[in-house]
Amino acid sequence: MTLALQTFATVKDAGAALKAAGACYLGGGTLVVRAANEGDVSISGFVRSTEPALSAVAVSDNEVRIGASVTMAAIARHPDLAPLAHAARVVGGPAIRNMATVGGNLFAPTPYGDFTVALLALDATVSTGDGELPIETFLAKRESNDAIVTAVGFTLPKEGGFRFLKVSRVKPKGVSVLSIATVLEQAPDGTVSSARVAFGCMADRPIRARAAEKALIGRKLTADGIAPALAVARDGISPPTDPIASAWYRNEVLPVHLGRLLLA
Amino acid sequence: MELRKSYFADQRKDDLHEIGQPRPRSDSPGHVTGKTTYFADRNFPGMLHLKMVRSPHHHARIRSIDTSEAEKHPGVVKVLTAKDVPHNVYTILILIQIGPEDETVLADGKVRWKGEAAVAVLAETERAAQEAAAKVKVDYEVLPAVFDMDEALKPGAPIVNEYHGRNYYLYDSGECRKVRFGDVEAGFAGADHVLEQTYQSSPIEHAPTETTGCIVAPEGNDRFTCYTNTQAMFFTLDNTSIILQMPGNKLHFVGGTVGGGFGGKVDVIVEPIAILGAKLTGRPVCFIYSREEEMQISSPRAAEKVVIKDGVMNDGRIVARKVTGYTDAGAYSRHSPYGAQKGAGHYPGPYTIPNVWIDTYCVYTNRTPSSAMRGFGVTIGDFALEVQMDKLARLIGMDPLEFRFINAYRDGDMKAHRQPTEGAALIECMQEASRAANWPVAEKFMAMSSYAKGA
Amino acid sequence: MAKVPVQFTLNGAEKAEFIDSGTTLLHALRDKIGDTSPKGGCHQGTCGACSVIIDGELRLSCLTLAEACNGATITTTSGLSEGGVLHPLQRAFLDAFATQCGFCTPGMIMAAKVLLDHTPNPSREDVVEALSGNICRCTGYEPIIQAVLTAARSNSQNAA
Repeated sequence: MTLALQTFATVKDAGAALKAAGACYLGGGTLVVRAANEGDVSISGFVRSTEPALSAVAVSDNEVRIGASVTMAAIARHPDLAPLAHAARVVGGPAIRNMATVGGNLFAPTPYGDFTVALLALDATVSTGDGELPIETFLAKRESNDAIVTAVGFTLPKEGGFRFLKVSRVKPKGVSVLSIATVLEQAPDGTVSSARVAFGCMADRPIRARAAEKALIGRKLTADGIAPALAVARDGISPPTDPIASAWYRNEVLPVHLGRLLLA
Repeated sequence: MELRKSYFADQRKDDLHEIGQPRPRSDSPGHVTGKTTYFADRNFPGMLHLKMVRSPHHHARIRSIDTSEAEKHPGVVKVLTAKDVPHNVYTILILIQIGPEDETVLADGKVRWKGEAAVAVLAETERAAQEAAAKVKVDYEVLPAVFDMDEALKPGAPIVNEYHGRNYYLYDSGECRKVRFGDVEAGFAGADHVLEQTYQSSPIEHAPTETTGCIVAPEGNDRFTCYTNTQAMFFTLDNTSIILQMPGNKLHFVGGTVGGGFGGKVDVIVEPIAILGAKLTGRPVCFIYSREEEMQISSPRAAEKVVIKDGVMNDGRIVARKVTGYTDAGAYSRHSPYGAQKGAGHYPGPYTIPNVWIDTYCVYTNRTPSSAMRGFGVTIGDFALEVQMDKLARLIGMDPLEFRFINAYRDGDMKAHRQPTEGAALIECMQEASRAANWPVAEKFMAMSSYAKGA
Repeated sequence: MAKVPVQFTLNGAEKAEFIDSGTTLLHALRDKIGDTSPKGGCHQGTCGACSVIIDGELRLSCLTLAEACNGATITTTSGLSEGGVLHPLQRAFLDAFATQCGFCTPGMIMAAKVLLDHTPNPSREDVVEALSGNICRCTGYEPIIQAVLTAARSNSQNAA
């Protein structure tokens, strides 16, 4: 009847407790406590782990590993994660950023989960008690995930290689109309040699924009150069209609914002 | 702050000592120290929490309600259904003879909008109440629903509310509130241009930061104290007295401190059922809307549709105005018959027009009942009227502000409701607006006056 | 119902309570300890009315479990004035007419205090960002922003 909290020193023990029906992993609380407060009776208790590795950030040779309990605020102020600071800072208001975790963001339903859009463009790896998974694979079946997420890992992009845009109607803080993250590499002549593009709010979870990525290869970041990518940007999207925006509106403005981000 | 005392200087004594001076607000020290006591800042030993089981359907017949599992749930103290409410069918404005009673405190046989209250669960904790509410079984037969005012007014549309028997409110003036002044058809016939436009709005939620709610404490002498954030204390007390068939002296209402209302807390929804719960259990009861309930269940501003047809001369005079207004009350009246009536009073706008025809309808649909919100019946109408004014000015190639000076009502002008205008200050307001907005108008307009007709 | 002990410092005073496991800090503060200055506006992390300061960081007490605050130092708006003297932020909110219904005010003051603790001379942009998680539905944002800027100025004058 009460939503008891169980705290464990290790992820392993927490993982075992999580097998109980209705048990829910507690990260920053911004998703699961919120759900319980609204009367989600499927949640019967909270489980958390205080294992120090969950709160650690490690960066060496551009390889980054961020513990699942690291907050958006901690990412935004970490000197080695400066390229990602913007993407962390657009999540919620200051209080939410002090609470919301990287691990939790992976589970945030549309229109939330902006930081996961960044991680998807970075082609991150998600570590769980059961092993490591490419983020795209993880996101596709996140509802059935029953292992505790322990960390995300990725390679820091080259200077200027990472771009991020969150579009919201309320400034400076608002829920996403959409968000876009790109990781681009360019040859010395300026043509794009590799591209990863991720969208938020274009499906029920963040998605990769494969057609746009393909259309950017060998092109310069000019209005003409990106035109083919913008033309196929909507391939495979199914944006939702919610109180923030209609599916129609999101569909209409996606290429506009993608264009602005690529030309920035 | 600057006071322009030159306006109407000859109409009053210049002895204002308070107006124009900053004075501390009496409630602010409590606000900044966190000491202001809102209704929910109270806690009573043994307080029960009330959660509502709500209709998942827009329109349905209730075949049966089974509360047996919910009653057995640990922590549950009482489960209330329609039969427990002494006078279950009510309407707020019955206090001023605006009937019929058309709304149920707890659904009886039928639900008419998605979210309508059907069963109230009282339990030791909020969580237990939520869990038990999920165990209440209501067997619904879903009925055809209507969500659009035009559809609702068509012959053969599903009847939303049997207490009215038709999908519009029947005023003593008939199917709508009416204003008739001059000969509007002759006005259109003589006009240089006629412009008819339709304006529509969607419901708007007040979204106060403090959600609607109340806490009720039995005083032990058959009297109940209700701490509430209602904006309508005596409406609530009197309606509660009717619904619970209890004399008013058994009801002690404490309120006045409201964490944002904007008109959204005038509907007498939470208090009667919470007091009934306290009466039947002998325990204090807390009924507070969740944020989701505040957004989905509390009344919004009505959706409106406004059709405006104007006849205008090339010299800028509006010679005829016909307005048909529709207010979407949702499934129940609440304050909407009054809102629609206010529209009829307001639609000519602050303009002197010799020929006016107004019809305003209060329409029932299977949407969330709408009610009061800041200037309801007027705000959407003003939006429509002023957009129409801009369109008319553009149509005849006139500056939109000068166009308004030409038509502005002034003292002594006869309004469409046959009340002579008194105390108008529109001309002067527009003169100040012209200066403040750096939107110059011809000197003759700056020399006009609301009450010196020669000017 | 299993009760669990919680112990923390609230506005300089030691507090210890037995609470139901899973109780939010907002609930514990308001209904157990009796500090009703944090308000429950949405219980969803959206409105900011429940904002408190935990170990120097702005947090939402509606989404924080009380048990997770064991050993913490917590500040709420009710603890800001000392000996009947208003905190400069409270004074500025009062003088600038930065309250209307007052429901958002304690949370606003918490968000503003954390800002000024870390950034004594904020820009207007800093203030807007710092208050971005706090909703004022009376829409009195402009006087609130001015109050925070005024409080910052009076702080720096006092320090000088």
